[in-house]
Parts: sequence; C-alpha cells; structure tokens
Amino acid sequence: MADVAPERGRLIGAQAYTRNPTVVVDNLHVTYEVRGSIGSAASPTAALKRILTGSGNKGRRWVHAVRGVSFAAYEGDAIGLIGSNGSGKSTLLRAIAGLIPAASGAVYTKRQPALLGVNAVLLNDLSGEQNVILGCLAMGMRRSEVMARVKEIIEFSGINDKGDFASLPMRTYSSGMAARLRFAIAASKTHDILLIDEALATGDQQFLKRSEQRVQELRAGAGTVFLVSHELETIRKSCERTIWLENGVIRMDGPTPEVVKAYVEYMSALEPEKWRKKK
Amino acid sequence: MARGADPMPGRHYADDARETVPGSSAYPWFGQPAAPSSPATPMTGPPPPEETETTVVFTRPPDLTTPPRQPSGPPGMPPLHAAETALLPRFLEAPEGPPSLAELARRHGLRPASARPSLGTYIRDLWRCREFILAYANGRTVASFGATRLGRLWQVLTPLLNAGIYFLVFGVILGARRGVDNFVGYLCVGMFIFTATQNAAQYAVSSISGQLGLVRALQFPRASLPIAMVISQLEGVLVSMVVLAGIVVATGEPITVEWVYLAPTLALQFAFNLGLGFILARIGAKIADVRQVLPYVLRVWMYGSAVLYSVELFQAHLPSWAQPIVLANPALVYIELARYSLMENVPLGSPVNQLWIMGAAWALVVGIAGFIYFWRAEAEYGRG
Repeated sequence: MADVAPERGRLIGAQAYTRNPTVVVDNLHVTYEVRGSIGSAASPTAALKRILTGSGNKGRRWVHAVRGVSFAAYEGDAIGLIGSNGSGKSTLLRAIAGLIPAASGAVYTKRQPALLGVNAVLLNDLSGEQNVILGCLAMGMRRSEVMARVKEIIEFSGINDKGDFASLPMRTYSSGMAARLRFAIAASKTHDILLIDEALATGDQQFLKRSEQRVQELRAGAGTVFLVSHELETIRKSCERTIWLENGVIRMDGPTPEVVKAYVEYMSALEPEKWRKKK
Repeated sequence: MARGADPMPGRHYADDARETVPGSSAYPWFGQPAAPSSPATPMTGPPPPEETETTVVFTRPPDLTTPPRQPSGPPGMPPLHAAETALLPRFLEAPEGPPSLAELARRHGLRPASARPSLGTYIRDLWRCREFILAYANGRTVASFGATRLGRLWQVLTPLLNAGIYFLVFGVILGARRGVDNFVGYLCVGMFIFTATQNAAQYAVSSISGQLGLVRALQFPRASLPIAMVISQLEGVLVSMVVLAGIVVATGEPITVEWVYLAPTLALQFAFNLGLGFILARIGAKIADVRQVLPYVLRVWMYGSAVLYSVELFQAHLPSWAQPIVLANPALVYIELARYSLMENVPLGSPVNQLWIMGAAWALVVGIAGFIYFWRAEAEYGRG
C-alpha cells in the first residue's frame, strides 16, 4: 500500500529534500477528558461507592480523538481536512495550533499557527465592540492597531446591519450574528500558518461571499492553509491536497479530487439517501 | 479503522514521486529502473524489511565520499520525482536512510506546537500581552456586574453588607468587642482585607477551567488568565479601601502619617494573592472539585485570621505550640499590617517589624513559587 509509511514515523516522499516543511505532525495522539454525569453515576451514593471501591468514574471519560496521525505540510500547501462527524478533524486542528496538548507524539510548526474558527468563546456580557478589542488583543495585536481597525471589523461582520448591535452585550445576539462577529475578529489578522475550521459555513449568502473572499485574501498571505469543512465544494475549490480522517486515523492523504471521490463513495455506501444527490 | 486493512485505492502524495523513477541500479531499494516519463509505476522492489525502531536519528551530515553502508537501502524509501534528482546525492548518501518526521522538523527549525516555553521567554510573552491582560481584567469586572442595576456600586456594597452582618452578630449580639476600643473599625479592616484575598482565590480557581473555550481557541500565555482575575479584583479592593477609610475616620480614628503604610501592605498582599491565584488556577484546571471545597477552606481561614474577634483571643486560648502557626498566617499578617496603618491603640498579635518581614516573605515565596508552579503545567492547560 502506498500509505504504510506514516505509522512507522518515517518521512514519506522526497519532498522533504526539496521543499520547506511548515507543519510536521509525528505520530500524534490526542486524548481529552470529558466530565459529565451519566445517569445514576451522578448520585451521591454512587459517588461515595466509587470513591470507596476505587472503581472507575463513569462520568469522567477519556476521549481518544486523534490516534497516531503523521504527515508533513509544506510551504504553499492548501490542505483540506475531511471526515464524518467526530472523526477528529477539529481536534487535530487544535492540536496543530498548540491549543490542546498531545498525549503522545508531537506537532512541530514553523511559526505560531492561527486557528480561525467560529468557536472562540468571548465574554457574553460585554458589548460586541469590547469583544472585538479583547479578541484582537488576545491575538497579539497592539492596542493602537486594534482601535484603528475596530470599525472595519464590525463593518465586515455585518452585525450593525440591523441597528446598533455593536454596543449591545453579546448575549443579546442571535447565534448567527455571534458566529459572524467571531469570524470577523479571527479573520482580521494575517498569519503564516492558517487553520480554518468550518468558518465558511456561517451566515447568510451575502456574508458567505464576503468571508470566502476574505479567506482567499488570507490564503494569499499565508504560507500554509488547513481547511476543515463539510462542504466538499469548498475543499475542491481551494485545496490541492486533502487528508481524510476517520476515527482519528488518516484514511487517505493525497490530491483533492481522488480523496474527495473516495470519501463520497465511502459516505454514500454508509448513507445512500443523503449522499446520492451530492455524488 | 486500521489503515493497513483499508481497501481504498489510497494514493499518497509520495506517489507523485513514484511516477518518475530515476534509473539507478546502484540503489536497488528504489525498485526497478523506469523511464522518467513513465506513468504511475508501483514500486516493484522487494518489500521493505520489518522495522524494529520507529524513529531514525540522523546522527551526522551526509558524507559524499563514502558509499552507502546499507546495500539493501533504507526500508520504505520511495523514489524521487524527476525534478528532484539534482538533490539525489544528498538524499542517497545518508547512510541511515530518510530522516524521521521529528528529524525533519528539527532540521528545518520547526518548534513543538504546545511545548512549555522557558521561564524567561514566558515572562517576556506575558509582558507582551499586558494590554490583553488589562483589557480582559476590565472586561471581567464589567461583565460580572453587567446584568445588575447598581453595577459597580456592588463593589462597595458587598463588603459593607458583610461588615454590617458580622458587626451585628459578633459585635452587638455576642459582644466580642472585648479588648478592642474601636470594634467596628477593627472588624471592617479585617473584613475588607480578607475579602481581597478571598475573592482573588475564588475567581482564580476557575480562571482556567471556566474559560476552556478561550483557552482552546486562542494561543496566549495561560498565566494571563489568573493574573487578569486577580487584577480585576484589585479594582474592587481599591474601591473598598476608600470606603474603609471613610468607616475608620467615622468611627473616630485620626488620619496619621502611618496611613501611607497601607500602600506597601496592599502591594505585598497583591503579590501574595497572585501566587495563591496561580496555585489555585492550576489545581482548579485539573480537579474541578476544588471549587466546591474552596469556600469551606476560606471560611476556616477567615476564623483563623482574627477578622471577627480580637487577635488577643488567640493568645489567651490557643495552646502555645499553635500560636506561632496562627500568627504567621499570611491573611492575619496583612490584616494586622492594615490595622496598624489605619488605627491607633489596636491590639496586634506580633511586633510590627516581624509583621513586615513575614508579609514580605509570604509575598515573595508564594508569588514566585506560585508562578513557577503554574508555568510548569503550561502545555497541559486545555486538555481537561
């Protein structure tokens, strides 16, 4: 098989000698703890019994989201990440960004990657404008730079299209508005290594067009781009290489048309009704 | 799903290289020589031997004069793209075969994505994001009163109400005022100073675990969060000190030169609170139960800090071995320093010089140790 090498932690291909790697993922495993109560496990007597008998806590589980992923990304690569829900795409992206520590293996990056997601949690009691300032400062911008760009970012997010929402607390926003604002904040800075997590799936048609354009601009300025998306059309349009993750393992890694084709075949075998149209 | 069992006609990027195999029988691990323009040719050489080690370390630079030591060649070695043959010598003369991914990363100067920075770098990074820390601290303060009508007035009202209740219970009903001339002043100084540490601890313990979304979304020194929490409480402390000054004067204390000692007292307490916040933030990030236990610990601590009654009660009732322990308690030390600064004729548990030494020692030791303790787990935050 063509793809046996990564498991051995070996470098595949001669690209390593001709191109500059920007992200190297070496046999990466990511686990994270999920704390939650499951049925009777949450009752006080059950908790006491658990402590006394030393048996495992059922409410606390470790999720093994990424299981031994290896690949190298090079300067100028635009890499799509696809896979069914819960296949570990977002976790892999966060691990590359250094936001979730590796359980074993390692991620090496040339510069600090920036994760462009709609999941950034800001302070819901603060106004949209204050959140823009806070988010930009957290990304390492200077205050003077932030102040000069606040207006532009709010305008881009379009939250003021229906009245002055920028001065209202974020908890009053609809989920779409909040997502748009988060995307606008995240996209306000250019980065060498850009990780985009489903960012294009938010907002109405108008915003979609604007954000697609912005991502193209960011891509032009970035050395390496990773794009997680369920929209295969987006992947086809913007990525030359695609990695297909399934159950936290790379199932396929190669040129986008072939990987996407295999993925669609695989998915339509699982859920024929849903995928017939897309095929 | 195991990749070995994958029946998919998966094509790796490396396969691109396989399309044009440079003809060179001197390196049999490249398989059969093929014409440079031939279409995708599968590797037909012998299957690579089973590997026992997973990483290969590149121990020395390639030596062009020495022939390859392994005639069988490195296992798993894919052929080169035609455009890459110029680099072939460098590529082939590596006796250990192709580098591991880790080696590749090292050679190109790539750094681990979630490694803990050195202490010096970490402090520099923190300094660089000072604007974020201040904005975040201010944001938290605004947000915590966001939905209330009185807003930041609660920063004043909360300690006042607390002092009122305790004065009623301990001063009026139980009559604990014995031995203190100005019991209201005494009580309020203790209450307000202790509240500063108490709030810092309570907010810091969930500074990481309560903001996992932020931690998992953006990369910044995690120490920013407990620092911002303690700073956001500092504003409340300064406001409450103004209130406290009013109370102390209203209960008959003169304004003296000694009031300036309040500034170093608060500074030392702030450093101590920061250290305590670091320690609690790290523990709280790992063990969520700490947040539930903390209020009880803080209540016991408060009773051990002579907030509600005269410190002389300790000397009268505690066994002699326990006295130095209770009197060295950092909260009591800062409370006594504040009482000494603001009030005349106030009973103190320890001499003033000793209080200053203990206060500075606590601030230094807990401040620095707490910061290092927090920094050591820098790469771990975000998993739990």
